[in-house]
Amino acid sequence: MELTRRGAIALGAGVAATLALPIRAMASVDEAIAEFTGGAEIGEGGLELITPEIAENGNTVPIEVSAPGATAITVLATGNPTPKVVTFNFGPLAGAQRASTRIRLAGTQDVMAVAKMSDGSFVSTSNNVKVTIGGCGG
Amino acid sequence: MAEGVRARVKVPSSASAGESVVIKTLISHPMESGQRKDSEGNIIPRSIIHRFVCDFNGQNVIDVNMQPAISTNPYFEFEAKIPESGEMKFTWYDDDGSVYEESKSVSVG
Repeated sequence: MELTRRGAIALGAGVAATLALPIRAMASVDEAIAEFTGGAEIGEGGLELITPEIAENGNTVPIEVSAPGATAITVLATGNPTPKVVTFNFGPLAGAQRASTRIRLAGTQDVMAVAKMSDGSFVSTSNNVKVTIGGCGG
Repeated sequence: MAEGVRARVKVPSSASAGESVVIKTLISHPMESGQRKDSEGNIIPRSIIHRFVCDFNGQNVIDVNMQPAISTNPYFEFEAKIPESGEMKFTWYDDDGSVYEESKSVSVG
């Protein structure tokens, strides 16, 4: 087979696409974080994320986030087809910067929370959750 | 509009001034994620509630941006500060444009 210029370009594009696939899921987590922080540096501490260690049913996993002094907290499921889960924006009458809800997890993965503090800094934390039955209906 | 949407909220009817009270909300909604397929293999289109807002006397308590990863029948628990007597208003915004509202009065005594 003679390798033409056209053929080489097509081959190159195909290889690039194949290579890009596994990293895409990770990239969208980074994108989701960047969208929330605007690219700012992320520290640690002052943010608590409570998740069960083992979730039998990925369709409804109870989570709680708490970060005294935060203006907003976002939650990301790093192993879901779309990592963004929920963003809580606290108003002036929020009694505490704390909220809990129930989320879907596709499988065993790290759940991550990023909080925006009132001084404009960001902190994050993450927990591993083992999921017995995935919750994305695949 | 999704069928049979019913909102339930739990708010204490009275509080002391400046007290932080725990609010619980639950709304029945399928929260179709747009990832599932029906028996013929067609993707069931996304249909979720994408935003939830709680206000007290016009001042914001919490504004939640929701993605399809929120479970069926979205549940939220959070705290609100009650500075005076008034009306706690809850609003849910559906993907299809419907808005579900609920309100509870809280008295300070």
